[in-house]
Amino acid sequence: MAAMILSARGLSKHYDGIKAVEKVDFDLQAGQIHALIGPNGAGKTTFVSLLSGRITPSAGKITFDGADITALPAHTRVALGISYTFQITSIYANLPVFDNVALAIQRKGTRHLHAETMAALDRVGLADRADQTAGTLAYGHQRLLEIAMGLSMTPKLLILDEPTQGLANAEIDAFNTLIRDVTPETTVLLIEHNMDVVMGLADRVTVLNFGETLATGTPAEIRANAAVQTAYLGGEADAGTLRDRCGLRKCAGAARAKP
Amino acid sequence: MTRALALHLAVLALLFAAQFILPPYHHTNIARIMVLAVFAMGYNIAFGYTGLLSLGHALFFAAGLYATGLGIELWGLPTLAALALGLAAGGAIAATTGMLALRTGGVSFMIVTLMFAQAGYLTILYFGTYTRGDEGFVIERAARSIASLDFSSDTTRYFAALVLFAVALLANLALTRSRLGRSMIAMRENEERSRMLGYNPFKVKLIALVISGLYAGAAGAAYGVLFGYVGASFATIQYSILPLLYVLLGGAGTTLGPFLGAFLMFYLIDISSGYTTAHLFVVGAALLVLVLFAPKGILGALRDRGAKWLP
Repeated sequence: MAAMILSARGLSKHYDGIKAVEKVDFDLQAGQIHALIGPNGAGKTTFVSLLSGRITPSAGKITFDGADITALPAHTRVALGISYTFQITSIYANLPVFDNVALAIQRKGTRHLHAETMAALDRVGLADRADQTAGTLAYGHQRLLEIAMGLSMTPKLLILDEPTQGLANAEIDAFNTLIRDVTPETTVLLIEHNMDVVMGLADRVTVLNFGETLATGTPAEIRANAAVQTAYLGGEADAGTLRDRCGLRKCAGAARAKP
Repeated sequence: MTRALALHLAVLALLFAAQFILPPYHHTNIARIMVLAVFAMGYNIAFGYTGLLSLGHALFFAAGLYATGLGIELWGLPTLAALALGLAAGGAIAATTGMLALRTGGVSFMIVTLMFAQAGYLTILYFGTYTRGDEGFVIERAARSIASLDFSSDTTRYFAALVLFAVALLANLALTRSRLGRSMIAMRENEERSRMLGYNPFKVKLIALVISGLYAGAAGAAYGVLFGYVGASFATIQYSILPLLYVLLGGAGTTLGPFLGAFLMFYLIDISSGYTTAHLFVVGAALLVLVLFAPKGILGALRDRGAKWLP
């Protein structure tokens, strides 16, 4: 069995008795693309926030690269190689596009900041907009900038919170290529509602529901899992009806899923 | 040479040339404004670039002023050593204050820094035996010189103030273009994002505050030696508010804003107090106009209206 880059054991986060995340055991295999799915309010963002250190767990333990990181602050975890991109685009809106990515790169210490920054921007097709103020970019470009910031830190683990939300189809294809390119050097954990992206990209899928792990497996196994179908689709569904039932806003991607 | 560097050198050249044509009264004023502008530049590094709204910078200025003044008068230090002590005191007090105050943010940070400055002011009064309290003390003329440079003479004083100002200004320009400067601005713009890029917000802010304290300490130390007076009034809340006003008027987060703001505010008070005793009313009115029509200050407004290259 391949090495686990990140493991969580009994990870919990309670807010005044509300169990946002409850005793989750989770293993992330190095080099894989792992998708985290689940209905709204299942605790996905809370869970990855615990991993990245943005919030502290109520209980449980997280190990990364063989070391216990449970007590480390977020910025130290980033320095260890866990990079996080926000669900709601969080860029430096008042700064030039160049500075946004340069900030991600310069912290590692490099002698070729300008060249590396331009290369990172080129990778997502934003090189010709380097001098533009980031806040004036189109929404899709802002998402790409955010992903570029995450990637340019050359992390060991890249956590993406709904990266394709609001992207056009062509941009999603570019995103898929980009993510395939960075593996297996980088392990990717992504929260995703677009089932096309999940099924096409992920090596493994974990389903969260009410803060607990419902199932983990390959995309095919998850697709065939009866418990997942019940949680996601409200009972009586079978695999073939996935695309029919996913008319919900959050499942927009599934409507295009191949049967 | 870039436009920005050319502009800064032109300002310095103008100030150099000005000493030959200025009448004595304004000659002394400009020397004073340049020293106060260094103080304001330090304030701008914390407030304008890093987003730390401090109400306690009088403490750092007074630390420099008193370390130098007491160093000369009480401990008999040579002038150069006393100036170095003033610089170090500004940085050290800022580091100590920062380590405690930076555990807070926003309004709490304002209140905590204000409290530290008040505590510093009261400490100066408490040790009145040495500091002479409100009354203050004069640094004797013999001590206000290094080798053959007599800082009590107008020409030398102006020149010394200009040298300090030039070093501070060019260092500030270099800082804004450095990686450290970029990470400070990042803290102001989006602290959470910066944390998730691996920056320790506490560390970046502390470094910014120490640099800011070094500027304030240098200005305080120079003020004591150039103008020869050390008094507790420099540790009052007024001297925490003044650099804030200078920076707001000239343009927060611009390198030349602090000087422009100090210059305009100084003469606004100077001229208006010639006509009325209510000169603070004039200052208030000017600030209202500023907030309404150019909330980013004069250079901030210029930068928004096309001069994007202004650092």
